[in-house]
Amino acid sequence: MLGKLDWSAIPFDQPIPLIAGAVVLVGILAVLVWVVVKGHLPYLWHEWITSVDHKRIGVMYILLASVMLLRGGSDAIMMRIQQAVAYQSQGYLPPEHYNQIFSAHGTIMIFFVAMPFVIGLMNLIVPLQLGVRDVAFPTLNSVGFWLTATGALLVNLSLVIGEFARTGWLAFPPLSELSYSPGVGVDYYAWSLQISGVGTLVAGINLVTTVLKLRTRGMNYLRMPMFCWTTLASNLLIVAAFPILTATLAMLLLDRYLGFHFFTNQAGGNVMMFMNLIWAWGHPEVYILVLPAFGIFSEVVSTFSGKALFGYRSMVLATMAICVISFMVWLHHFFTMGAGPDVNAIFGIASMIIAIPTGVKIYNWLFTMYGGRIRFETPMLWSVGFMVTFIIGGLTGVLVAVPPADFMLHNSMFLVAHFHNVIIGGVLFGAFAGFEYWFPKAFGFRLDERWGKLAFWFTFTGFYVTFIPLYVAGMLGMTRRMQHYDVAAWRPWMLVAAVGMAILTIGVICQILQLVVSIRNREALRDRTGDPWDGRSLEWATASPPPVFNFAFDPDVRGEDAYWDIKIHARQQSLEHEEREYHEIEMPRNSPTGFVCAFFASIMGFALIWHIWWMVILGGIGAFATFVVFAWRDHDEYVIPAAEVARIDRINLEERRSLVSMAGAT
Amino acid sequence: MSMTAAVGHAHADPHHIGLVIEHPGPAPKRIVTAYGFWIFLLSDIVMFSCFFAAYAVLSGQTAGGPKGSEIFEQRNVAIETVCLLLSSFTCGMASIAADVRNRFWFYLGMAVTCVLGLIFLAIEFREFAGLVARGYGPSRSAFLTAFFSLVGCHGLHVSAGVLWLLTMMAQVFAKGFRADILRRMTCFALFWHALDIIWVAIFSVVYLLGGGA
Repeated sequence: MLGKLDWSAIPFDQPIPLIAGAVVLVGILAVLVWVVVKGHLPYLWHEWITSVDHKRIGVMYILLASVMLLRGGSDAIMMRIQQAVAYQSQGYLPPEHYNQIFSAHGTIMIFFVAMPFVIGLMNLIVPLQLGVRDVAFPTLNSVGFWLTATGALLVNLSLVIGEFARTGWLAFPPLSELSYSPGVGVDYYAWSLQISGVGTLVAGINLVTTVLKLRTRGMNYLRMPMFCWTTLASNLLIVAAFPILTATLAMLLLDRYLGFHFFTNQAGGNVMMFMNLIWAWGHPEVYILVLPAFGIFSEVVSTFSGKALFGYRSMVLATMAICVISFMVWLHHFFTMGAGPDVNAIFGIASMIIAIPTGVKIYNWLFTMYGGRIRFETPMLWSVGFMVTFIIGGLTGVLVAVPPADFMLHNSMFLVAHFHNVIIGGVLFGAFAGFEYWFPKAFGFRLDERWGKLAFWFTFTGFYVTFIPLYVAGMLGMTRRMQHYDVAAWRPWMLVAAVGMAILTIGVICQILQLVVSIRNREALRDRTGDPWDGRSLEWATASPPPVFNFAFDPDVRGEDAYWDIKIHARQQSLEHEEREYHEIEMPRNSPTGFVCAFFASIMGFALIWHIWWMVILGGIGAFATFVVFAWRDHDEYVIPAAEVARIDRINLEERRSLVSMAGAT
Repeated sequence: MSMTAAVGHAHADPHHIGLVIEHPGPAPKRIVTAYGFWIFLLSDIVMFSCFFAAYAVLSGQTAGGPKGSEIFEQRNVAIETVCLLLSSFTCGMASIAADVRNRFWFYLGMAVTCVLGLIFLAIEFREFAGLVARGYGPSRSAFLTAFFSLVGCHGLHVSAGVLWLLTMMAQVFAKGFRADILRRMTCFALFWHALDIIWVAIFSVVYLLGGGA
């Protein structure tokens, strides 16, 4: 009746996951009770859960990413403590538990922190920058988000029901095959990624179509803000790469569920085919993450230097070059496979070539700052911190791109330090920069500068104190994923790294405090004009938070830095006071399709993991029925009357006029 | 216009040929939907290409089991191919009927497409069942694993297509040729034709190349 599921699935003998699970459960229940008692449930349902507004969905993506960042960060703290104490001892985490933690840490940080964070920012900002009212497929957008949430739910469920994979974040066979991993851990891993992968693919298709087909009048390709370009590149990569992940995991699942022989050691299966396939997705994946971050830095550096982006066209070219070359370097993840010197040399050279467009970008940012009037506010601090950190990470990357060096450093702590250096220094710093930069746009008030700067300095310092020692440990021969070790020379570096982790944790606490303090002081921090940073692109041309329709009139774009042009026009000719005629606006109706669909997907995923076949069929029928009900509805849009549009727009216009006239006077 | 020049970075006319094509604004819904679905189809083709790659890698790994030439029946494959190609034609007829709002020809076209799709699926199912009965199931060897997965993945797509087709017929029956339903019909037609293209690749790579060797 319940497949493989019985009481033994709950780890009563392991206090850590059980207590953690209980705390989370109590937390969720407390929030739910609070929501119901306070009567917020209808608001939550109508305004957020069923919302198809790209801004709301973007915010929910970022919220999911932030919560999961805490989960993945807790895993990281546990690992650092374990390696600090497990010298000539077993430490406090038994091997089977430690293996689950490093697997969960990697899986969560990539799929449920970095991905939703950048997708959330793209969702929130790109339609605004393009000057349009929504993304191409608003309801699908909601489906994509909720499927991602389903994946995150399943990963966290594994904490208390069953176990998570012990196979690392990419579940390499033959270890991940049924004969070596008979438990449900790998199934949790694979199904949660399959489900959230569908969500990511949907988001990718949606954003590619949005950028290519929905741009306001005059928004030619070469007038798009840099963030739109990197969004395009990143989502093209999603569309091209995520199906590879889906296919690869499907093959692994067929091996595990139906006794196929894709990656087994028997009957002619080929383990290295898995490595090739997974990294043919995995390498583009790192560019999927970092390209949007590059876009964020471009926006931030140009805004806070008070200058147009230096070398806009070379930046576009570099972005698209990275987009293409990222598919030609995957083999550098396994130079040790034995493909031979010729193949290794080609991939080594390709890996070095991809550093060139990245270098172009760094120089462009530096030249943008050169001669600019730089304001070192929090988003700019993250950007400058990124440039320094990412160069170090990039250089160690070029080092491991040299096959002979890679033979020494493969799977060592050096590698761990390298990819944390680029992913934290690149993606996470970028996400934080974007968070600080666009928070006023999303919520209508700025974040507290003092706590923001503290968060930056602690995180920045903590990063170096944590990961530079890992480079050293790698040089001393320490391999990754060690539950315990007996080499005295590694010990001090592990201790320093643990101290660094503590500093990083303080940084995260500062970030949380920043949010709390800012919400408390929101009246003082209010952004009334919608343009708190003296911005250059169209998202700053509307109110903060933007009205549901984004723009009362379709913006008319005449050049790069569209909003900057509008402002200069307005100052020189004094803003025209003639009243324009407002028109009614059609907007897509909210729909619970995404939430209901994800509900059935969760049931289906759980049932598949535990081999509860009747429940799988039930979930499948439910998901199909949801889409049919959606397809059957008669009204998919509602109308905002012209008077309402005028009322909302005039409030913001007044604020803006006073700002422009003040600026014009000085 | 002098204003944009003063700002100094209006690159819309980089070569100063005096001809700037201004982007006209967002595309209409019909275009956006079909375009997005095209992108989805491309991603689906990428997924198929992984199964093709796996087949190419594993096709020689018979592990003492049968080779392709020993199990493929060209006659069946020929019938399957004819069914699918014909169904693409009838699907096209249904699309034309939908465009001119002709219910009778729409239902007829879709019904024939459905029947042809079902015949294709029945033949494929019989081929699979026969192989499993002879002990040549997907667990027999890596070659058979790759074969079943590639051809089966296409079969699953056709099954999903048949389900979609029936839903489309029901929608037209219940709601008529509404704009959103016509957009979905365009997507369905694209999907069905794309499955044909993938079948042509399967036919060539699996059955023609494998059958001769």
